[in-house]
Amino acid sequence: MTGSVIIQFIQSSIAQGTPLLFGSTGEILTEKSGNLNLGIPGVMYIGGICGVIGGFLYQQSTTKVVPVLAVLIPLIFSLAGSLLASLLYCFLTVTLRANQNVTGLALTTFGVGFGNFFGGSLIKLVNSDVPSIALTKIAKAYKQPLPFADKLGWFGEVFLSYGFMVYLAIILAVVASWFLKKTRRGLHLRAVGENPATADAAGINVAKNKYYATCIGGMIAGLGGLYYVMDYTNGVWSNNGFGDRGWLAIALVIFSMWKPNLGIIGSYLFGALYILFNYLSVNIAMMHIIQMLPYLVTIIVLIITSMRNKKENQPPASLGLSYFREDR
Amino acid sequence: MKMTENATVGEKRSGRNEKRSKEPLLHITKRTDIPLSRAIIIRAVAVVSALVFGGIVTIFLTGDNPISIYVTIFEGAFGNSTRIWFTFQQIAILLCISLAVTPAFKMRFWNIGAEGQVLIGCLATAMCMFLLGDIMPTWLLILTMTVASIAAGIIWGVIPAVFKANWGTNETLFTLMMNYVAIQLIECFLKIADKSGSNTVGPDKLNNGWLPNLFGQQYLLNIVIVAVLTAVMYIYLKYTKQGYEISVVGESVNTAKYIGINVKKVIIRTMALSGAVCGLAGLLLVGGTSHSIDSNLADNRGFTAIMVSWLAKFNPIMMIFTTFLIVFLERGADEISSKFGLNSSFSDILTGIILFFIIGSEFFVQYQVHVNKNHRIFAKTRKER
Repeated sequence: MTGSVIIQFIQSSIAQGTPLLFGSTGEILTEKSGNLNLGIPGVMYIGGICGVIGGFLYQQSTTKVVPVLAVLIPLIFSLAGSLLASLLYCFLTVTLRANQNVTGLALTTFGVGFGNFFGGSLIKLVNSDVPSIALTKIAKAYKQPLPFADKLGWFGEVFLSYGFMVYLAIILAVVASWFLKKTRRGLHLRAVGENPATADAAGINVAKNKYYATCIGGMIAGLGGLYYVMDYTNGVWSNNGFGDRGWLAIALVIFSMWKPNLGIIGSYLFGALYILFNYLSVNIAMMHIIQMLPYLVTIIVLIITSMRNKKENQPPASLGLSYFREDR
Repeated sequence: MKMTENATVGEKRSGRNEKRSKEPLLHITKRTDIPLSRAIIIRAVAVVSALVFGGIVTIFLTGDNPISIYVTIFEGAFGNSTRIWFTFQQIAILLCISLAVTPAFKMRFWNIGAEGQVLIGCLATAMCMFLLGDIMPTWLLILTMTVASIAAGIIWGVIPAVFKANWGTNETLFTLMMNYVAIQLIECFLKIADKSGSNTVGPDKLNNGWLPNLFGQQYLLNIVIVAVLTAVMYIYLKYTKQGYEISVVGESVNTAKYIGINVKKVIIRTMALSGAVCGLAGLLLVGGTSHSIDSNLADNRGFTAIMVSWLAKFNPIMMIFTTFLIVFLERGADEISSKFGLNSSFSDILTGIILFFIIGSEFFVQYQVHVNKNHRIFAKTRKER
């Protein structure tokens, strides 16, 4: 491989890994509160399409696209969309104590449908005459690389050539790691996920912690969808284009053993495995065997962690269970 | 949120004026048992309000009048005899997968890998048709397909079960990952079987080993098989020793161990059963209906089945109704979206809405909300009087 191919490989691994990183950081935060939110793939679709709706309405309403607004409007729409979806999940599982798996899967069905529906019908619904949703001007604002990116040779290309959301994903993962490990609130959150009854007895508000963790986690995950449409695909929404990345993000949670900072490396590794076949001269059937690798690796990690049974690498003890104070 | 936080302040304090402001407005208790009629009414109210809400959303999006929308939904599912047959075929397949996941769920084994287990059954069937189609007589081929698809489903189901039974590996995440391994295996097969690079292998290549038509109806055999399966599963869960063991393990693993049930064996055996029925669903899909294979053939039914089974409280007879409801809505919503030129994912939105309503309604079946008469809101109004 020559140098430029290696640089290109790293760049596309990072581009592939970033949505996964957003998704897994959000899901780790959620799972630490004991909520196994299987609605994350749906939330990521909702985050993506809400950003598209915001951007589309903005681009239709104005002739001159201001970069700051072009970034902010889709961002706010996306956050609001994923917040509402997460609130719905919280209301059903925490307040109404519904089964988390069922609620999560329903949210994924709904979210993916919501994304594809508005992606496919938005133009008709607002009576516009454009042939397809192409938010190229807005995407340009999202893809604006850091300064000096093109002046620093390979260093600039590998580290500085991405839109701001790539860096945001890393920052969020580091902050989430620090929050969970080093702060009192993080400790409380982990206590809720491990043993809500004990946390409750210690005076920690279980429901509030679950709500906050799930909603903030959902909003972070939704950003993964936004990154995908605005940066990765240059503002072009295609139905089902996001694919199974939401589930891959959940796989990544296991792979990184519920540690957001490990998720940074994990996501780029998954991203690399996702695109590896482009760089190997294999036939098209083998390509799918290679695409299977992220899942196989996750299964192996899952098996090894459960066999070694080390306390710090386990899923939160009450993951997937609703908490009712009178139930014991 | 308020009510969960304050759910259980003791009732002893009621009446003491100085403590009055601390008492919660709402108090929640678990129902010990609820009359069946009451539970049915609560669920019916949920379904009706979901339909009304879904109708409002549809009106908002299409601008059509409500009656015409409901008529369209009904016509989509039952408009003519082709549609009726197709609707019942869809019900049969979804019901079959729902039956498959039920024993595992009753055991509290969260198998969300039904999608993968069905797909691997599809793959096994298609591979038999593709490789052995020319060299075997049809009856032997169908027999081989049946054995292969069921075996494939069992393998896909048992792998996570073995790890769960021996090392407590998280089965939800494990089975989830197995789905995508199955999908990639199918993609791989498609590329090998069809060198042109298309995403499906159709009836022209899988031209032998089609399940026979009953009375000239292509879908009737599937429907009959699933109907028999429903009855068998109902009896198995309710009246057999193994069915009883499943519910004991589901209620409490410790109790099961105490009374001498081999929990590991029950977990593995039940998942083998789950996988086998999923594999069978794969056979019915490829051999009985589509005669083609692509990686989207299960169409997320593995996930929908989980919700169907849960909504029916793991009761196979109730499942007939819940599957009917979901399929009816899907078919109806498809009709609406094609009539108004909207995207076909509209049915997912409607399904999502109805699921959210029913999931929410379960709270009122399981818990009772008491309004605290000593709360300051009521106290104030009393003073004013």
